[in-house]
Amino acid sequence: MDRPSGTSAHGALVAPAAAAALEQVWRAESGRLVATLARTFRDLDLAEEALQEAAMRAAERWSRDGVPRNPAAWLTTVARRKALDRLRRQRTRDDAAERPCVPSLQDRVVEPGIREPSRLGDDELRLLFTCCHPALRREAQVALTLYTLGGLTTEEIAAAFLVSPSTLGQRLSRAKRKIRTAGIGFDMPGDARLGERLPSVLATLYLVFNEGYAPSHGERPLRPLLCDEALRLTRGLAAALPAEPEVLGLLALMLLHDARRPARVDAAGRRVLLGDQDRELWHRPSLVEGTALIKRALSRRRVGPYQLQAAIAAVHGEATGAEGTDWRQIVGLYDLLLEATRSPVVALNRAVAVAMVDGPRAGLALLDDLAADGALRGYHLLPAARADLLRRLDRRDEAAEADRNALALATSTADRAFLRRRLEHDPEG
Amino acid sequence: MQYLFLIYADEVLESEMTEAEMGALLQNYGKYSALLESRGVLRAGEGLQPSTTATSIRVRNDDTLITDGPFAETKEQLGGFYLVDCASLDEALELAAQIPSANYGTVEVRPVMDYSQLADD
Repeated sequence: MDRPSGTSAHGALVAPAAAAALEQVWRAESGRLVATLARTFRDLDLAEEALQEAAMRAAERWSRDGVPRNPAAWLTTVARRKALDRLRRQRTRDDAAERPCVPSLQDRVVEPGIREPSRLGDDELRLLFTCCHPALRREAQVALTLYTLGGLTTEEIAAAFLVSPSTLGQRLSRAKRKIRTAGIGFDMPGDARLGERLPSVLATLYLVFNEGYAPSHGERPLRPLLCDEALRLTRGLAAALPAEPEVLGLLALMLLHDARRPARVDAAGRRVLLGDQDRELWHRPSLVEGTALIKRALSRRRVGPYQLQAAIAAVHGEATGAEGTDWRQIVGLYDLLLEATRSPVVALNRAVAVAMVDGPRAGLALLDDLAADGALRGYHLLPAARADLLRRLDRRDEAAEADRNALALATSTADRAFLRRRLEHDPEG
Repeated sequence: MQYLFLIYADEVLESEMTEAEMGALLQNYGKYSALLESRGVLRAGEGLQPSTTATSIRVRNDDTLITDGPFAETKEQLGGFYLVDCASLDEALELAAQIPSANYGTVEVRPVMDYSQLADD
């Protein structure tokens, strides 16, 4: 949501202490506050507008009177009043306009700091499930989640997904209009429906993480803001739904990948492949936590795609290097994952792992089958993987050709730079 | 909130059903309508004659153009509808999923316009 700027509504300068406090509470709490307001008033737009008005008010009042002891509670109280004012104005303007839910003034007052800091509150959970409702497009789910729960600005989200802020704004308002007019309730699915609704929440969070960890477009090799936000929300979801092994699996998967973040980009800002990474740089606490989480998840004996991917990442995490990796176990896990997902991307990764066990020729045969199948047409990692195996077979001309094909398909600067370097290093072989 | 369930299915597939299969389908629709009624959400619901019986009409500059056939020739055709009154999209989707033709066709769930809400915007 758009953060209040350095000036108040009347253009007066905001005192630095007030601005800092506002910035801080906005980053940390705006998602939770908007979730609470949206649940109370069952209207996301109203919730956001009221909170923004409250923030503008805060900039003035806190500059004059000092920062209140509990800034989040102050904002909630004022935002609630602003929302009621708006509703009342609407009523007098049009008596026929009936809101589906009349807010109750006795509604519980938010007491920040009571809940565990990382656990998503009930209102945030409801809002997360609303933002990720399968009746919305994935791109809308992602934008809404980051905007309402992540407290990111439209500019930040637009930059992360390489769309113009106005396109993103339209995407958000279309999604909010659908929530309102199609009657997507601000409700948690019941236990019976949780299994049906959870996958789209997990897919959205994973997409946010991946866009941060391996941006599909643009200049930057990493977008840490997206990784951090995806991790924060997934951690909060895992704390709120501890009985769901796939949530634990996704959190483990993110942590195990995130652990590699420091080794994933070199000093020159270039991407480093897993096999070439300096594993000393891996973030140990994330590895340890991710490994422990995946073990706990697997012990529930309700295995799913995220747990399997996390298990693969954990096997990599245990190894001292590419040679010391238990590739046989990785192939076994990919077999299960392929069976569960039937995804051609999984088949591609499995082929690479098979090449480590049975040799590059075996991997290459699988890649050729995949290429013939056509499902990965346009995906640069297929020719890039072929190039790698061809080079290991010393078929250098073909390898260079495959790398050139990959280069023509790659869309992110980091991917393109990586392929170009490999070609320069080994031009015709 | 009111929702319209638009039931689309492949008419060729339906025309190739045996008498027993068609009988079972109609029986399931009977049960389904009874379910909607028992939940108190049913406002209307009908099945339609095949799209080969449809006539489309357009008026442009006072000229009326009448053509044989449905609005769009697609693989799945509109074959029936229900109008229901539910608490939320989730309830509507839960009910729509139980429509017998959802097993082989597609059900589109559309909120019905609420004119009092429209005045708000």
